[in-house]
Amino acid sequence: MAFYMIGERINGMFKDIGEAVAKFDPKPIQEWAIKQTEAGAAYLDVNVGPTAADRVKSMRWMVEVIQEVCDTPLALDSTNYDAIEAGLEICKKPALINSCPCERPKIERVFPMAKKYGAKIIALTMDKSGIPKSADARVAFAMELVAAADEFGLSPDDLFIDPLILPCNVAQDHAPEVLEALRQIRTLSDPPPHTTLGLSNVSQGTPFRPLINRTYCVMAMTCGLDSAIMDVNDDELVDAIATAEVLLNQSIYCDSYAKVFRQR
Amino acid sequence: MPAEILKEKFTGRVQEVVLGATKDEGGTRAYTVKLGGSSTLPFLQFEGDIPNRPVIAFEIWDIKPDWHECFAEYYSDVWEDPVAWAKKAEELGADVIYLKLRGADPELENSKSPDECAKVVKAVLENTGAPLMVEGPGNPDKDNEVLQAVAEAAAGENIAIGLAEKDNYRGIAAAAMMGKHCIIARSPVDINILKQLNLMITEMGVAPEKIINDPLTGGLGYGIEYSYSIMERARWGALIGDKMMAFPVVCLAGPEAWRAKEANAPLEDAGPGWGEQKPRGIMWEAMTAAALLQAGGDLVLMRHPEAAKLLKKHIESLMVPNVY
Repeated sequence: MAFYMIGERINGMFKDIGEAVAKFDPKPIQEWAIKQTEAGAAYLDVNVGPTAADRVKSMRWMVEVIQEVCDTPLALDSTNYDAIEAGLEICKKPALINSCPCERPKIERVFPMAKKYGAKIIALTMDKSGIPKSADARVAFAMELVAAADEFGLSPDDLFIDPLILPCNVAQDHAPEVLEALRQIRTLSDPPPHTTLGLSNVSQGTPFRPLINRTYCVMAMTCGLDSAIMDVNDDELVDAIATAEVLLNQSIYCDSYAKVFRQR
Repeated sequence: MPAEILKEKFTGRVQEVVLGATKDEGGTRAYTVKLGGSSTLPFLQFEGDIPNRPVIAFEIWDIKPDWHECFAEYYSDVWEDPVAWAKKAEELGADVIYLKLRGADPELENSKSPDECAKVVKAVLENTGAPLMVEGPGNPDKDNEVLQAVAEAAAGENIAIGLAEKDNYRGIAAAAMMGKHCIIARSPVDINILKQLNLMITEMGVAPEKIINDPLTGGLGYGIEYSYSIMERARWGALIGDKMMAFPVVCLAGPEAWRAKEANAPLEDAGPGWGEQKPRGIMWEAMTAAALLQAGGDLVLMRHPEAAKLLKKHIESLMVPNVY
């Protein structure tokens, strides 16, 4: 098992990317694509952001300009599924759809689309009523998502189930529930679904973001987490992940293990 | 009830390494040999491809070897002459010739100079068609000098030179790069050093398609299980995408098997029930080799022609596709 780092930076929520999308200026987007690829990202998240006038057009353009400079697979991040489909049509490598909650109409739109384009899906353990707190409720959603994958001819291996971490300052009681959910999600099927987290959420609004991110990431990895949407340019975080992988005996130790981790 | 065949989906594969160069490629070899390339566990062709079968290399020395007398029957007329011996190895079915330059050992009287070694290599190349691997005498300083000269003499032939080890790889890697040859990276039955050495060699600028790993295989009855499990783990690492574990593996089955008393002891010194030395020695080597194939050996170094014959037959049967 190898840990998939999903680079979070190409997101219109960040000022530089938001402006680049508005002006159709490829430079900042391409720079971040290269920088994140060099840091070892397995996927690059692509989000047009809230200010884009035409999400479908912007998504297609972003995918195009990123693919001009690197061939790292993309995680197409949007709540607009037409925008995601527009991206999937031109992705050169199998992409990751970010994301689909546990709601029937959305599942019916996204899962067949994933099948058609050979994409994988980040599936969220929530529905219209919001994010549940207990591990049990999160796992119940995960179970439904795994069953839906089977229904639409996908393997559990095509799912990255996200049990949804919340900021530890305002929703502290969620953090251990997510860890327990991660443990149980790994036992839902064989092969098990992948799991992922929007890691940076855990530290939102705190002054200790890098420390909290990497501590929680290591804790989650011991519970079976095998990917995260994260700041792949946070060297200490990447070092912590590389180290956790070695200590979990998931990758073979060598003196330069942290370097090798970034090269694969 | 229908049975579903379980197939592992791997993301990685073993690097393919080409040994030798034909006339069109700037060398003089009659053919080239491809090592590695597998995207599945050894011989599990139903869940991945094995583009290249494991190959058999024959061990020859540049001086008369100190081997068991049973080898005289095959080699006594050639083992004073590495060129004649190399030709004999080809006749006996070697895919690759593995030349050990023991004569350059500085501890020996009349230790061969790097120039003399280069001449031997050149002469072997001029008189044979099989791809060549060359191992130095095993003394770090002398290895560096000898392999440098050998790499120059064999320019264009894409031979493999070694052994590069953790404390002595720079000179050998440089020589391999200068002559565009492959490098044999040896680690002492230690998977962590194996990985680190591969990284260090890669960082010197050696291309991945030029690296062959020697995990220092143990012989049957003398630690083969350590090598076996290390090779399994290396293959697994390669298949799940660890590029620093993904190099073809050479197993020194012959030399290791023949270090065992069980291979060499005559009937009168043999343990109870051991039987005659001749079949016992051959089987000791063949079984060592067969086990290492199951662990993922890509090139097996053999010594006894009868053991090599058995192994060849075994490889042929293992390469019959087992696709469901």
